[in-house]
Amino acid sequence: MYTSLTNRRKFIKKMAMLSAMTAAATMFPGILFADEQEKGLPSGDIDWKKAPCRFCGVGCGVLVGTENGKAVAVKGDPKSPVNKGLCCVKGYHSIMAMYGKDRLTKPLVKKNGQYVETSMKEALDLIASKMKETIKDHGKDAVSIYGSGQWTIPDGYVASKLFKGCIGTNNVEANARLCMATAVTGFLTSFGLDEPMGCYEDIDHADVFVLWGNNMAEMHPVLFSRLLDQRLKRGVKIIDFATRTTRTSMASDKSILFLPQTDLAVGNAICYEIINNGWVNTSFVEKHCNFSKGLTNMGYGLEDNFKFKDKPEKIDFEAYKEFLKDYTPEKVEKISGVSAKDIKYMAAYYGNPNKKVMSFWCMGPNQHSRGTWMNNIIYNIHLLTGKISTPGNSPFSLTGQPSACGTVREVGTLTHKLPHGVVMNKKHREFAAKIWDVPVENISPKPTYHTVEMFRALDRGDIRFMWIQVTNPMVTIPKLKRYRDGAKKEGRFIVVSDIYPTPTTDIADVILPSAMWIEREGMYGNSERRTQYFEQMVQPPGEAISDTWQLIEVAKRMGFEKQFYYKEETHIEEIYTEYRRHHDNKKHNMAPLEVLKSQPGAMWPYVDGKPTKWRFNSKYDPACSNGEDFHFYGKPDGKAVIWQRPYEPAAEEPDNEYPYWLCTGRVVEHWHTGSMTRRIPVLHKAMPHAYVELHPEDAKRMQIKTGDNVKLTTRRGEIVLPASVNQRGVPAPMQVFVPFFDENMLINDITLDSFCPISKEPDYKKCSVKVEKA
Amino acid sequence: MPIKSYLAHPHEGKKNELINALSAIDQCEVMPADNKDLLILITETENKAEEAILKEKIETIDSLKLLAMVSGFNTPQNN
Repeated sequence: MYTSLTNRRKFIKKMAMLSAMTAAATMFPGILFADEQEKGLPSGDIDWKKAPCRFCGVGCGVLVGTENGKAVAVKGDPKSPVNKGLCCVKGYHSIMAMYGKDRLTKPLVKKNGQYVETSMKEALDLIASKMKETIKDHGKDAVSIYGSGQWTIPDGYVASKLFKGCIGTNNVEANARLCMATAVTGFLTSFGLDEPMGCYEDIDHADVFVLWGNNMAEMHPVLFSRLLDQRLKRGVKIIDFATRTTRTSMASDKSILFLPQTDLAVGNAICYEIINNGWVNTSFVEKHCNFSKGLTNMGYGLEDNFKFKDKPEKIDFEAYKEFLKDYTPEKVEKISGVSAKDIKYMAAYYGNPNKKVMSFWCMGPNQHSRGTWMNNIIYNIHLLTGKISTPGNSPFSLTGQPSACGTVREVGTLTHKLPHGVVMNKKHREFAAKIWDVPVENISPKPTYHTVEMFRALDRGDIRFMWIQVTNPMVTIPKLKRYRDGAKKEGRFIVVSDIYPTPTTDIADVILPSAMWIEREGMYGNSERRTQYFEQMVQPPGEAISDTWQLIEVAKRMGFEKQFYYKEETHIEEIYTEYRRHHDNKKHNMAPLEVLKSQPGAMWPYVDGKPTKWRFNSKYDPACSNGEDFHFYGKPDGKAVIWQRPYEPAAEEPDNEYPYWLCTGRVVEHWHTGSMTRRIPVLHKAMPHAYVELHPEDAKRMQIKTGDNVKLTTRRGEIVLPASVNQRGVPAPMQVFVPFFDENMLINDITLDSFCPISKEPDYKKCSVKVEKA
Repeated sequence: MPIKSYLAHPHEGKKNELINALSAIDQCEVMPADNKDLLILITETENKAEEAILKEKIETIDSLKLLAMVSGFNTPQNN
């Protein structure tokens, strides 16, 4: 194709400008270039409406501008207390994700190996009949649904109601199992209730921020900009505690590197120091905490049908103190590579009664084969010092998806969960059955498969039908090759609802085009318990419809018209109103829809017209009822638990044959598997493909330069990627890092499917690998 | 015909001065950030020699604290 020189130069100038904008956005998260934003805007009247951002779990409020039926602009919502008008580079370009050239617009059905366009009605008929046929031939536990933290609240709610309440199988899982399940089990074991006790406002009060394996500058840039803002205003300290040097490390006051998996030991050493130096908040611990220990040597879930159930046993403070003697800073220095001095440095901040401390973490402690333990240990530090549930003192687990909290954790789209409570509890089943208008016997008391095991069951043939909505497991599941091959086996029927072709639509028998984000109405729930509503602002393309309505249509076809009584024009309101009944109590009440429509979201528990900012603190939380300052009412005796959790090695550690650690993760430009952001030209050009980061000394020894091809080999297979040396991130010696966003370089083909035995969340951060120049 | 993009950091309180100084140069296009002390600078010159002279000129601007190149492209004279 001929391109004039003038046009080409214009294009190159534009590219140069965008490269600089992207660089600026990664250095200064939240930076605004309004002129450039507005230049692209068409003239005329633009209608601005509020929505939560489509991408990460921070839940920034955005204003979307529409004109002539098309979304044409995005800006940060200045009224949103989350982002106060800022956005990250992905947020600013979010509407462009709707307008990729290859949007799926018609249902496709695979016939004789070819995808054939069909009508939505025929596609939905086929799905319903296949589900009925599978249940008849193989039983109800042969059908399953796999969704995500990008499901809106109504999507997840109707999925759970259909599968758990009507069909009667607990084969409901979501990709949040891969990112947040550990946070859930961490909260449940320590406090008996899920989700953070604090909120983002803690940032405005804390003096010190400890980031536990959390590259906030790239993964949560808007929140990180709030930290940087506080440093400018109040001189707060930011400590980056990680296995790799990143942009977060560079922007922090102190960067401390630890060897993979040894965060367990360092966390315990901090607890040791707190006790050894007399920094324990004794009255808080005596009044509000119990001590427990659980089973050790739990295994790693590598074998099919792996089972583990912890056996908690109460201990006393003296026993815990004795246990910690194995974790003196000097002993831990030898395991972790972190100097005793640095361990004492961190402990001193936690122990200083005059410093308010916030701990942030996300995938580092969560995607961890001892992740629940790691979450417990961080809570231990905050509980020992009483630095919890007060403004600025806050252990805060961040999420990666816009509604990992709102949909997966609160609606309960995991095998063991119900919107209120768990399937194992008779009262919880009865409560859900009443609201769902189904016989209580329909709800099975036994959880079935967590995500990895669900894909194993698909491979084995125990599951025959799987409906995948708004997620891309054929990029994200660890040890992917086994599960891709399994999904392609004869006798499996896979439905995929998505907006673009992906490696997951490649395994589908039916592909349904979905309405995305503001092409339909819905709600997301973010990391700080904030539920946010968005209305439909534009029409979806072609025959695309929302995932909610796809499920409702199939439910009706399966004979559940009574339970799925919703009217098309009002179904989101009807579903939300019904859903609120599950949480109608002071501990979890959700704000009414009219409140969500009138403001940038509301935090639950929403009681007497007010959100609860700090749970478990009687000054702020109306659910506290013990007459004390704090009440951890998630536990029967109102006390939080300090857990004795040891350091144990990872499932697979470097050896002579595979001498390096392999860690995987994300980049600022792309959102997870890149199926949306790689269709946004600016972001794609800024980060066009995956790479492998090496430590400069390792690269020098192997004579590898940036751009050279590098072969990575694990026990699962091999992959070739271009090298990145001394570029954005720098791993420690004998470690490599690979981002997972690139479907053309599937790093998960070679990762390991080990998981935390308590949360069943895979450890994407650790396996052993051989590294060679290709 | 080089096209380059830079992040230009002004001295404290000198952002507007730097915008004015850079905007006055023909080969420069400036885009200031709204909420940070940072400018994006795009330069477009005929050849490497002119580029070098321009860079020297920019670096003498008093209000400029730091100039960091982000990307450089060289378009051919004929296509």
